[in-house]
Amino acid sequence: MSTYSEIYTQNAAMIARHSAGGLNRYREQLYERWSNTGFPTRKTENYRSIDLTEPLSVDYGLNLSRVQIPTDPARLFHCDVPDVSDNIHFVVNDQYYDRPDEPVGELPQGVVVCSMRRACEQYGPLIDAYLSRLVMRFDDPIANFNGAFAQDGLFVYVPDGVRLDRPIQLINIMHAGGPLMANAHNLVVLGNDAYAQLLVCDHCMEQNIRFCATRTTEVFLGQRASYEHYKLENTSTQMCSLNNLLVSQAEGSRFLGNIITLHNGVTRNNISIDQDGPGCDTHLCGMATLDGTQQVDNFSSIHHLHPQGTSNELFKYILDDSSRGVFMGRLKVMPGAQKTEAFQTNRNILLTDTAQVRTKPQLEIYADDVKCSHGATTGQLDEQALFYMRQRGIGEHEAKMLLMQAFVSDVTNNIRIPSLHERITLLVENRLRGNRPTAGHACISNACGGCALADRKNKQ
Amino acid sequence: MLLEIRNLHAKIGDKEILRGVDLDINAGEVHAIMGPNGAGKSTLSAVLTGHPAYTVTQGSVMFDGKDLLQMDPETRAREGLFLSFQYPVEIPGVSMVNFMRTAVNEKRRHMGLEPLNASEFLRLMREKKELVEMDNKLTNRSVNEGFSGGEKKRNEIFQMAMLEPRLSILDETDSGLDIDALRIVASGVNKLKTPQNASIVITHYQRLLDYIVPDYVHILYNGRIVKTGSKDLALELEERGYDWIKTEVRD
Repeated sequence: MSTYSEIYTQNAAMIARHSAGGLNRYREQLYERWSNTGFPTRKTENYRSIDLTEPLSVDYGLNLSRVQIPTDPARLFHCDVPDVSDNIHFVVNDQYYDRPDEPVGELPQGVVVCSMRRACEQYGPLIDAYLSRLVMRFDDPIANFNGAFAQDGLFVYVPDGVRLDRPIQLINIMHAGGPLMANAHNLVVLGNDAYAQLLVCDHCMEQNIRFCATRTTEVFLGQRASYEHYKLENTSTQMCSLNNLLVSQAEGSRFLGNIITLHNGVTRNNISIDQDGPGCDTHLCGMATLDGTQQVDNFSSIHHLHPQGTSNELFKYILDDSSRGVFMGRLKVMPGAQKTEAFQTNRNILLTDTAQVRTKPQLEIYADDVKCSHGATTGQLDEQALFYMRQRGIGEHEAKMLLMQAFVSDVTNNIRIPSLHERITLLVENRLRGNRPTAGHACISNACGGCALADRKNKQ
Repeated sequence: MLLEIRNLHAKIGDKEILRGVDLDINAGEVHAIMGPNGAGKSTLSAVLTGHPAYTVTQGSVMFDGKDLLQMDPETRAREGLFLSFQYPVEIPGVSMVNFMRTAVNEKRRHMGLEPLNASEFLRLMREKKELVEMDNKLTNRSVNEGFSGGEKKRNEIFQMAMLEPRLSILDETDSGLDIDALRIVASGVNKLKTPQNASIVITHYQRLLDYIVPDYVHILYNGRIVKTGSKDLALELEERGYDWIKTEVRD
């Protein structure tokens, strides 16, 4: 911690000078908050189930003076999901990579997709109205730390009544020759009745270099707006991902979040969704496939602050070897949030005796006319189903594959972009099968098929 | 000989259930196995198909000249052994089509045949569905998910038709079926009968044997086959119950 305090105090002016202007507004305050707590430890209430001490003690470099990455990431990383690939934006480490010569797909009038830096220069009033509001409200040590250091990110704005018929894709790539930390801040604003889909893919170019990324994404949904947020992590065992997805929903808006961790090192996803108006609908789901000593902690909070809101939450994990999964489902129904309907489910399959999962539903209900339920199960693959399939001649290995794919299918079925659904289903299958990528640099692949960068042996 | 069971002993946990079963089955034959609750009927089918919960402690089973007990469950199935489950398992998220295509093609690979392509497979499905009068909507769903009791049993016979086994074990296929469903299931089984294959029909009631007429009826009691006869033995059981058998065995 002291290291980052020193870095901050010695470089505060430079950080601010090289940053998107709007991110400086609360920087000092967020730094103060963070320096009062430091990084979370196992003693920090909300971080009891995941130990970030080791990944946060690595001596990472920081690119505070914004040295440009010389290579065009689009040359190194091709993503070819049909219908998705014409509106791709890259953030390399924590820098938006401008490709002025590569016009991205046509966007309807008034829609803005650009770097946070440009947004702060050109759309000041929008930035002032939204940026960092949810971070200040959230007050979490990782989000505060991010607020002290973040200098850039992606900005998305969809004006009132505009519906995007194609998804926007953000590819976050870690790329460096030595240990590196990246801190990025994205902002998504949808006006009233607007509709958009964002696909966020996290990758890293080097598989054997320690990386740490804190990434905050704030999402503001106008009245009756509808937004789908797909997040796919496919990084490396050397990666520490610390993400904050903070959402504010206005009256009658709909949010669908699907948080998929296919391959990683240590991942913490803070997901906080506030229903800031009546009649909101929140659908949050996610899955993780883990092996080795991988860790995933999805820490979700959904706040019903107004009447007639609905929320539905579903997380599923498959854990192999000595991996570790954590799920926290905090659900708050505040006084006055009558007629709320909130449901939460977490199901886990442990493939070994050494894999671990911790699941904690936490329902706080302060209204009396509501329907809420939660359920959590942890078990093995269904032995009866396994025998049934083997009796039909399906080999044990194949039968397990079919059962595992079936297990996560109700999460992947919540991908409403057909071509992406197909691709992610395939990636999950590859991941479960432990297919090794052909090249050493699995991320550098002309088909996301290489996205299956599992470093597990084929367990026949 | 298709199946040759000699002095088969098996246990689950520490509990011995089969205590020396002997049974010979030739191609073209239908054998009924009857017996009171707890006699070991379902254990026999589980042991023959290789259910991992059971341990064979003694004896041998040869299937078409091969040592069945040395094979894992999937190899037994690919060699042509089929069990119509008493309680077919629901597998949410696994589609009937995907399940059946995997099963058929794994068997074909085992036999050294090319896998069926999509159109060949769908043609086979269509043909076999007609044979067992199976509703289209059932094959579009997940395996057995939300099927009624009768639909599940019909689905078992449909799978049997798809896999064309050499030996089928029908474990209480009649339980939970109304009389129309029973007739359809039985007629499916009869249509699948050839001089090259054989069936073991496990049942509590004589009624099924009106539709699937056995060549032999065996009575399993206390883990052993204690009596073998013609189809008339089933009628006698229906009339007199099992008590006289128990007495006979005790004496």
